[in-house]
Amino acid sequence: MNLTLKVWRQRGPQDKGRMVTYRVEDVSPDMSFLEMLDVLNERLILEGDDPIAFDHDCREGICGMCGMVINGYAHGEQVATTTCQLHMRHFEDEAVITVEPWRAAPFPVVKDLVVDRSSFDRIIQAGGFISVPAGSAPDAHSVPVKKADADAAFDAATCIGCGACVAACPNGSASLFTAAKITHLSLLPQGQPERDSRARAMVEQMDAEGFGGCTNTGECTASCPKGIPLDTIAQMNRDYLRASK
Amino acid sequence: MAVTGAVLVLFLVGHMVGNLKAFLGADSFNEYATFLRTMGAPLLTYRVALTVVEVVLAVAIVLHMWAAITLARRAGRARPVKYAARRKSQANGYAVHTMRYGGVIVLLFVVYHLLDLTIGVVNPAGWGGTPYERLVASFAPERWWVTAFYVVGVVMVGLHLRHGLWSALQTLGLASGRSHRPLKAAAAAVSAVLVLGFLVVPVAVMIGVIK
Ligand code: HEM
Ligand code: SF4
Ligand code: FES
Repeated sequence: MNLTLKVWRQRGPQDKGRMVTYRVEDVSPDMSFLEMLDVLNERLILEGDDPIAFDHDCREGICGMCGMVINGYAHGEQVATTTCQLHMRHFEDEAVITVEPWRAAPFPVVKDLVVDRSSFDRIIQAGGFISVPAGSAPDAHSVPVKKADADAAFDAATCIGCGACVAACPNGSASLFTAAKITHLSLLPQGQPERDSRARAMVEQMDAEGFGGCTNTGECTASCPKGIPLDTIAQMNRDYLRASK
Repeated sequence: MAVTGAVLVLFLVGHMVGNLKAFLGADSFNEYATFLRTMGAPLLTYRVALTVVEVVLAVAIVLHMWAAITLARRAGRARPVKYAARRKSQANGYAVHTMRYGGVIVLLFVVYHLLDLTIGVVNPAGWGGTPYERLVASFAPERWWVTAFYVVGVVMVGLHLRHGLWSALQTLGLASGRSHRPLKAAAAAVSAVLVLGFLVVPVAVMIGVIK
C-alpha cells in the first residue's frame, strides 16, 4: 500500500506547530498503525530528519499510551481499538490520512503527537483509591458481591486511561474517564467508606483541570477502546449528587 | 440544565394538552384561556397565578440559557486548538449536535409565537380578538407560511427534547444499566407525541378542520 500522511509536527510545547505531509510507500496491510509510523520514522532518521514523536508502550492495547487522532477519530474509526491494535488493512491504498494529537487544554502537547496526560493522574490522586490497608487477597467469597455489580465494576475497571474519551468529546470533557474510575470503586465493598468524598474530590479535580462539561453526547463511549458505557457517567452523577446532599 | 429543562417540559405537556381544546370549539378554547387567567380564584385575583407561572418559565428559560452558554464556553476553553480533520459523529445521532443552534432557533420561535398568539402584535386578529380568533387568524390557509414556520419551530423543539429528556435523566443519575435503553426510547416517544400534539392544531386550522 502507498499512503499520504498529514501529520501534526510541533517541536515543543511553545512551538506553534503545523501539519506536514509525508509519502509512505510499500506499507504492508498487516502492519499496525504504529509500525507504519516506525517505518516512516526510520526513513526520516536516515534522511537526517527529526522522527515523529508518539507515545506507545505495550503495543497490545492494554497500557493506554498510544493515543492519536486519525482522520478526526480518536484511535481511528475502527471501534473498540487502540491505535497500536489498528491495522493498515482498514485503510485503502492511496488513502490520505491525517494524524493529530489529542486536542484538549488539560492535555498540552509535549512534542508532535505526544501529549501530557498528568491531569488524569491528578484526578486519580484526588480520590481514585481506597485507603484501607487491604493486606493480601482475601478468601474468595468472604465478602459477597452481586454478580451484576462485580461485572459492572470489572467493566469500568478496564479503562486504560488513554484519554480518547476527552479527545473525542465535542466538549473536551473527561467525564467518561472519571466516571469509570468512580464506578469501579463505588460498586465494590472496598470502595464504600470513601464513596462520597471520592466522588466529590474527583469531580472537583476534573473541573479544576479545565476539562469541559458533559452534555451526554456519547462520543466518548463510541471511541473508547474499552467500550466503557455511558451508564458510568450516570453512576458518577448519582454519587456526586448523593455526596452533595 | 436538567432541572430548568424539566420545568419547561412540564409546561410543554400542559400547553400541548390545553391546545387540543381547539378541537372542542371556540367556546371551550376561550373558556380554557379564561381559566388560565382566573386560576386560583377567588383566593387569587385575575392573572396572579398565570403571572407566577410566566415568571417561573421566564426564570427557567434564562437559567437554561445561562447553563448552556456556560457549557459552550467551557467547551471552547477546553479545546483551544481545533482538529484539522472533520469527522462524522459516531454516537447518538443527529439530535445531539443540534442542541446549541437548535436551542437558539427554538428561542426565536418562542419569541415570534408570543408576539403572535399571546400579545397579538404580529397576528391579524390582533390584541382585541379572543385567543381562539387569534389562533384561527394566525394559521389561516392563506398564511400557510406561518404554519410552515411553526412546523420548523416545533420539530426543532422535538429534536431538542429527544436528546434533552434523556440527557437530563442521565445528568440526574436516574438512567442506569438496564433502564438505559427504555428511557432513551421513552424520551423519543414523548418528544414525538409532543411534536404531533402541538402540530395537529395549526395544521387543522390551515386545512380548515378548525375554523
Ligand atoms: C404549534 C403548536 C402551538 C400552538 C398552536 C400554541 C398556541 C398557543 C396559544 C393559543 C397561546 C396563548 C394562550 C392564551 O393566550 O391563553 C400560547 C402561549 C404560549 N406558548 Fe404556545 N403553542 C404552540 C407551541 C408552543 C411551543 C412548542 C412552545 C415552547 C417551546 C410554546 C410556548 C408558549 C409560551 C411560553 C406561551 C405563553 C404562556 C403565557 O404567557 O402564559 N408554544 N401558545
Ligand atoms: S474511558 Fe475509555 S477512552 Fe476514556 S480513558 Fe478510559 S479507556 Fe480511554
Ligand atoms: S501501546 Fe499500549 S495500548 Fe497502545
